[in-house]
Amino acid sequence: MIKSRIRKYHAPVWDEPLVMQLGAEGRQGVALPITEPAISEVVGSPEDLIPLSMRRTSALGLPQLSEFEVQRHYLHLSQETLGMMQISLFGTCTMKYNPRVNEKIVYQPYVAEINPHQDEKTLQGSLEVVSRFDHLLRELSGLDKFVFQAGGGADAAYIQACITRAFHASRGELAQRNEIITTSQAHPCNPATASAAGFKVITLPLEENGYPSLEALKSVVSSRTAALMVNNPDDIGIYNPNIREWVEVVHQAGGLCFYDHANFNGVMTRIRAADLGFDACMFMLHKTFGGPKGGGGPAVGAYGCTSELIPFLPGPLVERNEGGSYELRDAGDLSIGRVREFWGNVPTVIRAYSWTRAMGIEGLRDAANISVLANNYMEKRILSIPGITKGLPELTQRRLEMTRYSLGELTQETGVTTIDIQNRMPDYGIDGYWLSHEPWFIPEPFTPEAGELWSIEDLDYWIDVLEIVCTEARENPELVKSAPHNQPVHQLSGANLSDPEKWATTWRAYQRKYMEID
Amino acid sequence: MTKIGSKVPTAHPFMANSAPESYKEMLRVAEVGDIDELFEQIPAEHLYTGEWNFPEPLKSEASLYRHVSGILKQNISCEDYLNFLGAGCWQHYVPAICDEMVTRTEFLTSVWGTPSSDHGRNQVWFEFASQIGELVGMEFVGLPLYSFGTAGGHAIRMASRMNKRHKVLIPRSMDPERLAVLKTYCGYAELDGFIEIVQVEVDPQSGRLDLRDLESKIDHEVTAVYFDNPNYLGVIEKEARAICDLAHKFGVEAIVGVDPISLGVLASPAEYGADIVVGTTQPLGVHMNCGGGVGGFIATRDEERYAREYPTLQVSLTDTIEQGEMAFALTLFEQSSYGSREDGNDWTGNSVYLWAVANATYMSLMGPSGFKSIGHSILERSHYAALKIAEIPKLSVPWRTDFFKEFVVNFDATHKTVAEVNTALMTHKIFGGKDLSEDFPELGQSALYSVTEIHTQEDLDTLVAALEEVTK
Repeated sequence: MIKSRIRKYHAPVWDEPLVMQLGAEGRQGVALPITEPAISEVVGSPEDLIPLSMRRTSALGLPQLSEFEVQRHYLHLSQETLGMMQISLFGTCTMKYNPRVNEKIVYQPYVAEINPHQDEKTLQGSLEVVSRFDHLLRELSGLDKFVFQAGGGADAAYIQACITRAFHASRGELAQRNEIITTSQAHPCNPATASAAGFKVITLPLEENGYPSLEALKSVVSSRTAALMVNNPDDIGIYNPNIREWVEVVHQAGGLCFYDHANFNGVMTRIRAADLGFDACMFMLHKTFGGPKGGGGPAVGAYGCTSELIPFLPGPLVERNEGGSYELRDAGDLSIGRVREFWGNVPTVIRAYSWTRAMGIEGLRDAANISVLANNYMEKRILSIPGITKGLPELTQRRLEMTRYSLGELTQETGVTTIDIQNRMPDYGIDGYWLSHEPWFIPEPFTPEAGELWSIEDLDYWIDVLEIVCTEARENPELVKSAPHNQPVHQLSGANLSDPEKWATTWRAYQRKYMEID
Repeated sequence: MTKIGSKVPTAHPFMANSAPESYKEMLRVAEVGDIDELFEQIPAEHLYTGEWNFPEPLKSEASLYRHVSGILKQNISCEDYLNFLGAGCWQHYVPAICDEMVTRTEFLTSVWGTPSSDHGRNQVWFEFASQIGELVGMEFVGLPLYSFGTAGGHAIRMASRMNKRHKVLIPRSMDPERLAVLKTYCGYAELDGFIEIVQVEVDPQSGRLDLRDLESKIDHEVTAVYFDNPNYLGVIEKEARAICDLAHKFGVEAIVGVDPISLGVLASPAEYGADIVVGTTQPLGVHMNCGGGVGGFIATRDEERYAREYPTLQVSLTDTIEQGEMAFALTLFEQSSYGSREDGNDWTGNSVYLWAVANATYMSLMGPSGFKSIGHSILERSHYAALKIAEIPKLSVPWRTDFFKEFVVNFDATHKTVAEVNTALMTHKIFGGKDLSEDFPELGQSALYSVTEIHTQEDLDTLVAALEEVTK
């Protein structure tokens, strides 16, 4: 039953050409400072300062626009981006409020105009925030030290893979320990970073309880086991209650255990990685801790570990010395070195610290409770929509902050798929939902995540739109299959972009492939 | 220490449903008596029930702003002091429009919408790749990577997958920070996919890669030669063509790293034979952010053998069901870790896609004439500084010609360490160049100075006077 008044909506359409198609010969968007005559007198012509063999001879095919033309173009493109302008329940990404005050702070020169090589004495502010936030995360995880070098969650998983390497190498066991175990429900970055670091990957499939059995784990753990990399709960809202035993089994075999806390939002203040026996965990500051997504970073995968693994952390490490000031310390000989230059996306660490301080410990508990409650609130209504079922419906316990649903029945009945519905919902101003990571084992999946940001009215509106689109699927399936209709552009033609003759990742390539000059 | 239980929340500005009435309404509809029921999946012995050592919340924005900015104001920024530090993270002017775009809520908060609903952002990404492609002279460009070093690491691994070889040649002049990342990416001998790093010497006379040493080390077992141009020490590798030709003679991939801000005046790597181009994106409209501004890219010719090895995501221009309408879609998604987990090429995830918005804006503002002007400006100012510094008694600039933006200053004759000089410069409100003495002991007490378009003649004269005074 539709609860909301459905608004009229149409996305802005600017029919905006490519920037390379705009402007005219000789226009300029910036003027450079005039070179002082005394400088020219000393150095002569700048062209002569470049070795002959290295002078650019080819013309640069960049656009030529005035400053306003550039501004207007990118403003138009921002308006042709729906993002969080209305309601986005994009599952696994924990869409939450990104407090504006943080943007105000991180664009101040004392954050933005800082070079990482500056003397520590001039970096005390940034170092203090990093150190304070490290301590807050220690409290939330029970672990002993956090670093922020990883440029995202996947990069933090890569830190784990690298620390696994260095840890076993330091004991002379690396050649023998070359397997990392994960599950089919762990984010793809876990097996992928393990493999990129040189490990063989063993992936345990789900079993009837919604997670792999302890027996399955035992059957693959051996003296070859280097590490276990898992999330819990997974992104269908299922919690593996045997996780402590899992960690014990892997530890007994000599492996390390890494907790991918991508789905921390629902269990904040209830679960601590160290209490479950894990050696390390990762938090995503751009998700759980209020940092903005930026369309895909700059992000931070905060990586924390027990004291046993601290010597392996990537450096430099932020420490407080006895005098009370902060310093950057070399990480030492056992350190994995670097996974990325410098010590992390500092502005996002600042944002996360600020968000966490605004929440306080009780606020974090409230956010977790509200997230899980909101998911269960949504489930009641979503499951009342004909054609939608719950993924793994035989598992009747309450799901945590996400539930994965299936549109399989609706697809069988109408031919309309989950991707069609994902394309249609934005016509009502609703950002497309998350489907599922690979591998898909629930037919026609979709995965909303309510989080703590959105109001009851927002959640209801989202469900109303879903329900309307499901009704459309029955009454006018073509309308849904040909969606979207109210967006800046129509549905893609479905051209095979894996064909080298067809893909074009740059304007140059496109011009050559599609616009042969006659 | 605080003990928390589960109770009805009090309203918080970040959470609509923290209003008690909304919260209770959800409990009612979801048929939940006690909130703890919802956590029935979690065994009791997993739950943390202890006390919390957590500071009091700062729910008031005014209090929060005062607290956080109060801590950060202890920093001294490169606007407070005159800065000559670069070394992988450079101070360029960031046009106001770049900051406007990356703080637009649409770009700032978007995630993964559909190709139609996030069309605008996807177009920006395509314009980012297209303009990078113009600068480096390549047709296939992926979405940005975490950094210059990670781009280099992935590029080496691409080469190794392509020619099935496991040794990479890298000049001694490589940025130590970047080299540390490359080492991580090249792996361990005990495991699969290991790539051995072999160092090529630098000619002490020129600061360039030693071609003869390269000749002696290159063979058919080498997967790639990777060098930066200009190199970390600022020197332009003017024999780049010869390096690339030599690589090709042995079936070796030539990987070249660039600072794109140089490419309005320097030849594009494609012009001298690069196969894979990597580089930094930070100079293109992104603040240093204490190193948090860094980003990288990979670009190649549009050939299938390269395209199939990209670890990144990339957007392609395509069409829609409406005649003549253009749109953007991910291409080669199935070879990414999202598409194929451990069977994909390395891995990808969140990256620095927001910075691509700043980069695209910056490149559009600059255009061909802007890139030329800024290249000239940096050349003129950095050479002026180098010449003036070289005139200071006891200071020397070993490589006085053929450099871009950065140059080495040696202090050996002063019998002072770079650390001492830099400490003294701070009393003049100057951040001196990056101390090289630990990473390049063969250069003695040397520092890497970075001079860009932001430095006026007066700034440079101030530096020269201060250097003269502190090295007396």
